[in-house]
Amino acid sequence: MNSLMKVNETVPTIYEQMVSRGVDRRDFLKFCAWMGAYLGLEHSAAGQIAKALENKRRIPVVWLHFQECTCCSESFIRSSHPIVADILLDKISLDYTETLQAAAGYQAEEILHDTITKYKGEYLMLVEGSVPLGADGAYCVIGGKSALDTVREVAAGAKAIIAWGNCACSGCVQAANPNPTQATPINAIIKDKPIVNVQGCPPIAEVMAGVLVHLLTFERIPQLDSLGRPKAFYSRRVHDTCARRANYDAGLFVESFDDENARKGYCLYKVGCRGPSTYNSCSTIKWNNGTSYPIQSGHGCLGCSEAKFWDNGPFYQRLTNFPGFGIEATADQIGLTIGGVAAAGALAHAVLTNVRKADTIGEGPGEDAEAAERKHDDDQKSS
Amino acid sequence: MNGSAQDSHDFQRVYVWEQPVRWFHWINALCIVTLGVTGWIIAHPPALMNSGEASFSYWFGKVRFVHFVTAYVLLANFCFRLYWSVMGNKYANWRSFFPLTKAQLKQIWDVLKVDVFQFSNKPVETLGHNSMAYFTYTATGLLTIFQVVTGFALYAPTSSAWFPHLFNWVVPLFGSEYNIRIFHYAALWLFVVFTIIHVYLVFYHDYVEGHGVISSIVGGWKFMEKDKVEAESATGMSGFPARRPAPSGTKAPPAPPV
Repeated sequence: MNSLMKVNETVPTIYEQMVSRGVDRRDFLKFCAWMGAYLGLEHSAAGQIAKALENKRRIPVVWLHFQECTCCSESFIRSSHPIVADILLDKISLDYTETLQAAAGYQAEEILHDTITKYKGEYLMLVEGSVPLGADGAYCVIGGKSALDTVREVAAGAKAIIAWGNCACSGCVQAANPNPTQATPINAIIKDKPIVNVQGCPPIAEVMAGVLVHLLTFERIPQLDSLGRPKAFYSRRVHDTCARRANYDAGLFVESFDDENARKGYCLYKVGCRGPSTYNSCSTIKWNNGTSYPIQSGHGCLGCSEAKFWDNGPFYQRLTNFPGFGIEATADQIGLTIGGVAAAGALAHAVLTNVRKADTIGEGPGEDAEAAERKHDDDQKSS
Repeated sequence: MNGSAQDSHDFQRVYVWEQPVRWFHWINALCIVTLGVTGWIIAHPPALMNSGEASFSYWFGKVRFVHFVTAYVLLANFCFRLYWSVMGNKYANWRSFFPLTKAQLKQIWDVLKVDVFQFSNKPVETLGHNSMAYFTYTATGLLTIFQVVTGFALYAPTSSAWFPHLFNWVVPLFGSEYNIRIFHYAALWLFVVFTIIHVYLVFYHDYVEGHGVISSIVGGWKFMEKDKVEAESATGMSGFPARRPAPSGTKAPPAPPV
């Protein structure tokens, strides 16, 4: 941890550090090619990545944890390629991270302070977790400072911000209705810094590594979609490259989890799979060294890389409760009710029409409607 | 309104709905039914069992394809109707669709009294729609726009064409595509409600007033007592001159006999 106090030039490059850790040239180049492929870059980009990692000094990184379960960190350190965790955790000069740092107490807070003053405008701020605004931020206080104060202080001098996971991107479970702590994503607090939303609960380890490698290599923010997610990993829906997609197009659906169709591996659309509205790389990069992903394993996608996915439950229904109604009601229940009311209203109105307008209706076109109306009025008076 | 001092019961045949309006109506109706049925199937696919391999079948894909193609037809048809609301006759004119004049607002009130709650028996007789109906079609038009906007936003990621991507801004507005889906689907029910009321009311008007409103959307002609034709055009409602502005200080000219 003391190494970060040194002047940047004395710090070895990422490649030098990897070599000193026993990574050979071949593995290093494999890693670069791999990252280039993940990022969706052309073949020659592997060389660019290698060059960048050979020449660039470590970037100071501050990794903050707020309201979260640390599943993002857990995902990251389980990255299938050892180099990923190695270079990115050990070598990018992870100056401050509550979960993994050796330092504690005043020492840790001092390191954070030193980093953000010494490397002002240079360091990367990585955030895991949401920021509670309720009760003046009392729900999440570290070192006597509320999460909100820490985020504002650290963000002020950051070069860029990476929001890890659904918590930091859109609030995740603690922001689910009624959001008792007013859990707030980073992009709702910090407006004047580039923010990369690396969505998911957690994000895929290779995606996290890929985003960092992109920042290291090109020293600019990767191309983002309209919700701030890197397009390289979030431009396609889980549904688009799903292993069960052919069943969807063929109209072969699992009706319940223990039926014959589930055994045959049919599409999970009707049991609530959120793949068709979820943007992530699960069905291409997969999890745990490319072993599988939820849908492949027989469970629908929960949509964890989308905002408010906890409020879009139940997870095992395709069409869920309609937002904005206090009572639990699906769009179908509401629709059937208003449709029924309309039909009943039309029927009642038809009956009423025959009663109220009996006299005028009796007159054909061109006959004396006036007389009919008079007769009607007389009837009204006499009755 | 028009019921006083009727001496004549000579009926006049009035050309109300021009051919483009009728084409629009039926294409629109067909599109709404097609989109509604395919949309319903997309939301609730039936459990069709098939022993064949998935790769030999594509029926759900076809249902979605029909939904998407019909959406384009609906939009094109809608755009054409917008154009015709400037170019068409006074019954199709865009100004009728916005109840901004006192006369239009009064007519809405009359329709509520006479046709909806039936406190009064004197019919509100107009050659075009009544102001209430025009306003309802404005709301339906807005609903159509909502479906087009949300629908193309949902469709954009699967398309490489430029047009659907014009609606990319909608996703951040809703936060996620899932929310758009829920709203896009729920709006289907509003079309169902509209259709129930719309079909009921044309039967109601045809039955009570006998002006041939049902056949008018096929042939374009309505039948109205001559004196009422004159009285109706004098109110100026659904009577805005198309193509040329009314001379200031005068009422809208009477409906030209077609």
